[in-house]
Amino acid sequence: MTQFLDISGLCARIDADGQEKEILRGVDLSIPPGEVHAIMGPNGSGKSTLSYVLAGREDYEVTAGSVTFQGKDLLEMEPEERAAAGLFLAFQSPIELPGVNNANFLRTAVNAVRRARGQEELDAVAFLKTAREAAKALSMAPDMLKRNVNVGFSGGEKKRNEVLQMTLLQPSFAILDETDSGLDVDALRIVAEGVNRLRSPDFSALVITHHQRLLDYLVPDRIHVMAKGRIIHSGGPELAKQIDSEGYTRFLAEAA
Amino acid sequence: MPAVTETREAVEKLGQSSYKWGFETDIDMDLAPKGLNEDTIRLISARKEEPEWLLEWRLAAFSAWQQMEEPKWAKVAYPPIDYQDAHYYAAPRKKPGPKSLEEVDPELLRTYEKLGIPLHEQALLAGVELPEGETARPPVAVDAVFDSVSVVTTFRKTLEEAGVIFCPISEAVKEHPDLVRKYLGTVVPAGDNFYAALNSAVFTDGSFVYVPKGVRCPMELSTYFRINARNTGQFERTLIVVEDGASVSYLEGCTAPMRDENQLHAAVVELVAMEDASIKYSTVQNWYPGDENGRGGIYNFVTKRGACRGARSKISWTQVETGSAITWKYPSCILQGEGSVGEFYSVAVTNNHQQADTGTKMIHIGRNTRSTIIAKTISAGQSDSTYRGLVRVLPKAYGARNFTQCDSLLIGDRCGAHTVPYIENRNMGARIEHEATTSKISEDQLFYCRQRGLSEEDAVGLIVNGFCRDVLKELPMEFAVEAQKLLQISLEGSVG
Ligand SMILES: Nc1ncnc2c1ncn2[C@@H]1O[C@H](COP(=O)(O)OP(=O)(O)OP(=O)(O)O)[C@@H](O)[C@H]1O
Ligand SMILES: [Mg+2]
Repeated sequence: MTQFLDISGLCARIDADGQEKEILRGVDLSIPPGEVHAIMGPNGSGKSTLSYVLAGREDYEVTAGSVTFQGKDLLEMEPEERAAAGLFLAFQSPIELPGVNNANFLRTAVNAVRRARGQEELDAVAFLKTAREAAKALSMAPDMLKRNVNVGFSGGEKKRNEVLQMTLLQPSFAILDETDSGLDVDALRIVAEGVNRLRSPDFSALVITHHQRLLDYLVPDRIHVMAKGRIIHSGGPELAKQIDSEGYTRFLAEAA
Repeated sequence: MPAVTETREAVEKLGQSSYKWGFETDIDMDLAPKGLNEDTIRLISARKEEPEWLLEWRLAAFSAWQQMEEPKWAKVAYPPIDYQDAHYYAAPRKKPGPKSLEEVDPELLRTYEKLGIPLHEQALLAGVELPEGETARPPVAVDAVFDSVSVVTTFRKTLEEAGVIFCPISEAVKEHPDLVRKYLGTVVPAGDNFYAALNSAVFTDGSFVYVPKGVRCPMELSTYFRINARNTGQFERTLIVVEDGASVSYLEGCTAPMRDENQLHAAVVELVAMEDASIKYSTVQNWYPGDENGRGGIYNFVTKRGACRGARSKISWTQVETGSAITWKYPSCILQGEGSVGEFYSVAVTNNHQQADTGTKMIHIGRNTRSTIIAKTISAGQSDSTYRGLVRVLPKAYGARNFTQCDSLLIGDRCGAHTVPYIENRNMGARIEHEATTSKISEDQLFYCRQRGLSEEDAVGLIVNGFCRDVLKELPMEFAVEAQKLLQISLEGSVG
C-alpha cells in the first residue's frame, strides 16, 4: 500500500459481440506519490484496457479487485469525478470533436475541473494567456488552439495536444498511453520535457510505451511488464534496455 | 450502463419542468368570440380600423382558404384541427394613443423581463443589466408582440432619424398605406397555401420594416412573439422591404406558456430585397414543445419567403428551431435579380415526441444566382425530423450555383432523421452540389470529454454545439450565445 494509487487483483472484461472477453486478469500495481512508473508489454496484453478502466470507461466491466486513489475508491467514481480528483489519461488514439474549438474545449474542461476542485474559474483572457504559453512550450503552432479538437491533426500533433491538455489540467496522476508513438525525435524530447516539467512530489505518472527512448528522457522509478492481463515482472529503469535487446520471451517463459 | 444509454435516459427525463418560459401572464384581454367566418374577419378588420382594400383582401383570402385543403405531404402526424374552436383575435386591453414604455401594462413589461427581452431603452443604453462577463452589447430595437398585438416597439426615434420604419404592421397600414399595399402579398400571395391563406384572412399583427435607399439600418431589429391567451391562434404577418443598396439584420424570437392543448401558430413572413440590398433574417424559435408524452405544444405552420428582386441582392435565413410540437416551415428565396444570393442556415432540434419537417426552397431565376443551404438536424427521444429542400433552376438561370449540406445527428436509437432533397434543374450549365451525412454522438467522444472533467450534459452540449457551429456562427453574436444555451437546455434536462 502506498496511499496514492493501489491496484489490487483487478479483473475486467468486455462484452465483444455477445461474448464475454476477459482482458485484465488480476492486475496488482502500486504507485507511490511523486513517482513515475512505466508499463511495457506485448501488443494486446491489456495496457490500454487498464488505462481505460482506471479512467472509468463504462464498456469494461470490473469483475474483481479494487483500486484506491488517494484514499478513495476509484471504481465508484464517474469519469468526470476521477478527472476532478486529479486523474488524467492521454489517449493512445485521441478522439476528434468536429466543430468544437480546441481552446474552447480546453477552457471548458479546465473550468469544469477547477469548479469541482473548489478553485476559481479562469476567464477567457487569463485562460488564453496560459494556454498560449503552454502550447508554445510544447512547440505547437499557435493555430492549433483555434482548430477543432484533434480534427485533421497529424498523429504527432494529436499527441502534443494531449500533453497540452495534461499541462493545463494539472493532474496529480497522469496515464500516458503510448504518447511517444508516432512522434519524431524532436517531438519526443519536447513531450518528455513537458512531462518532466510536471514532476513534483505531488505528481505521479504511469507511462505506457513500447520504446526505450522515451524512458531515457523520463527515467522512470519502476518499470512493469504486462502480459495477458497481468503484471508479470517489475524492475528498475535498467529493465527497459533489457527488453529492448531481448524482447519479452524470457519474462513470458518465467511467468508461465 | 453505456454512456449513450444514460444520455438517452437523461434526455428522456426532460419534461415540462425544463421549459423555462412556460409561465402564464394574467392580463385583461379583449377576445373575439370563437370561430372563423366572414364576421370574424370583419371584426378583426374593424378592431384594427383598417381601410376597405385590406378588408377586401382578407375576405378574398378567406374564400380561397375555404376551397383549400390542409397539406398532407409533410412527414408529420397530428389529430385534425378544429378551426372553429379557436379565438382569432386576442389583445391586451389598453388605452388608445401613442405607445411609450410608460403606458405599457407593467405586467406585460414584467413578462418580457422574465423572458430576458430588453424593452427598457434607457437601461439598455446605459449598459446596465449586463450579465456577468459579457461586454457591452449594441442596442437592439425590439417590437414585442403579445398574443395578436404589438405592445411596444423600442428605439423608434433613433430609427426614424436614419429613415428606417420599424413598427407594428397594423400601424404601418395606417401610417404608410401605400408601402404596405404595394408589397403585401407580393411574395407570398394570399392564396399561396392553406396556412398562408388562413393567415392572410385573419392576421392580426406583426412587424413592418422599411429601409430606404442606401441606408444601412443602424441597429439590429428584433421582434419577440409571445402567445399567452388560451385557445387562440397566433397569425402574425411580417413584411420587410429593403431598397437599393440598403441593408438590415432582423431577429425573431418566440415563446409560449405550457398548456395541455395544442395551439396554432401560422405566420407569414415576406422579404423584398432590391438592387444590392441585403436582408439577414434570424430566428430562434422556442415555442412550447409539449410535455414528454407529447401532450400540448404549439403547431408551428409558417410560410416564410424572400424575393431577391434586384441585381446582386442577398437574403440570408438563419434559424434555430428548438420548440413547437410540430414545425412545418420552409423559408425560401426567389432569386430573380442577376447575381443575387440566397442562403439558408438551419438547426432543428427535436426531442421527446416533437416532429419537425423543415427546409428551404431556392428558386434560381436570374443569371449567376447563387444559393447555399446548410441544414443541421438533431433528433433525440422519440422525435422525428425531416429536412425537405428544393433547389429549382429555371432555363434562363445561366451560371446558377447551389451548394447543399445536410447533416443529421441522432441521440439514442428511437428517433428518426430524414433528408429529402428535390432538385429540378432546367439549365444544363448550372452547378448543383449536395452532401449529406448522418452521425451519432459516439461513446468515444463522450468518454473523452468526461475524462477531461466535463459532465455528460456539458459533453453533449459541446458536441451538439460543435455539430451546429456552421449555422450558429451565422447568428448575430448575442443571439448565438442564447441559441447555444437553448440547444443545451432542449437536449439535456436533468442529469443527476
Ligand atoms: N472493445 C473491445 N472489443 C473486443 N476486444 C477488445 C476490446 N477492447 C480491447 N479488446 C481486446 O483486449 C485485448 C487488450 O487490448 P488493449 O488495447 O488493452 O491492449 P494493449 O496492451 O494496449 O495493446 P497495444 O500495445 O497494441 O496498444 C486485445 O486483445 C483487444 O483486442
Ligand atoms: Mg494500447
